[in-house]
Amino acid sequence: MNPTDIVDRESLRDDVPDFAPGDTLKVHVRVVEGNRQRDQVFQGAVIRRQGSGARETFTVRKVSFGVGVERTFPVHSPVLSKIEVVTRGDVRRAKLYYLRGRVGKAAKIKEKRAARS
Amino acid sequence: MATKAIVGEKVGMTQVFDDQNRAVAVTVLKVAPVRVVRVKRPEREGYSALQVTWGVRRAGALSKPEQGHFEAAGVEPGRRLVELRIEDSSGYEVGQQLTADLLAAGERVDAIAVSKGKGFTGAMKRHNFKGQGAAHGNHKKHRSPGSVGACATPARVFPGTRMAGRMGGRQVTTLNLEVVDADAERQLILLKGAVPGPRGAVVVLRDTVKGTNGAVRS
Repeated sequence: MNPTDIVDRESLRDDVPDFAPGDTLKVHVRVVEGNRQRDQVFQGAVIRRQGSGARETFTVRKVSFGVGVERTFPVHSPVLSKIEVVTRGDVRRAKLYYLRGRVGKAAKIKEKRAARS
Repeated sequence: MATKAIVGEKVGMTQVFDDQNRAVAVTVLKVAPVRVVRVKRPEREGYSALQVTWGVRRAGALSKPEQGHFEAAGVEPGRRLVELRIEDSSGYEVGQQLTADLLAAGERVDAIAVSKGKGFTGAMKRHNFKGQGAAHGNHKKHRSPGSVGACATPARVFPGTRMAGRMGGRQVTTLNLEVVDADAERQLILLKGAVPGPRGAVVVLRDTVKGTNGAVRS
């Protein structure tokens, strides 16, 4: 427990699903355009989850029109309207930076067979 | 000079989300209710200030002079005695309590504290010198300051020449910090940005003496 937890508690969200590196997520981001607000979906694989408490962030990577795109979000950011877990990945490490150097089939993450307890 | 001041203890740093959902790095200060032990007035002491204390201290941990000082004021002994210089102390009286709601969100304050001691450090860390090159035959002098003076004239090093030495552990004032939140109930004040000192450091907050106090910010 950190001494600043008393402040962090208010920023924490309780609707964050359980997800880990290797999982494929649909991240719904609230985007404000003028005075209109809509949700933008960013779908990709989680390649990193770092930090703890209110400062925890995760990075989602996707390949868009042949270009790798990575976005890092604070886990507890109020900008995220929803985080959806699409698939669970079967990976052996916590940081999947090796995906950056790979394209096509080599960049595929195996899907986890058994249900996570 | 500052019109109001209060003292707190640094808890640590974290981040909060503001109304536009941006993450703001904040320093958390625990500001327990502060008790005025003595009011210094220009007529008597020659300047205006408040001598304050906060928290509790065992009676046995007090020296006799301290005990007498608190007793004379009729104030419960606290952690430490701190003097807060303010412009006008006439509105204050002994025994009065100041709490975190002295400040409000959006106000600008200065934070005064003793910085973290860095020990004996080299010129690169202490004065941001560049050091010396890695190549061209340099041998074991990569972090040295280089020349500190001239030759036979003046045949000495000028006083004040920046060299290696003790760094940190001195009083530092960080000016014009924004108050993100002030909560008297939880005894917390959140300041945007960093504040000098380690966790647990005693930090004096005063309304800023140089900044605009948020008034001219567009």
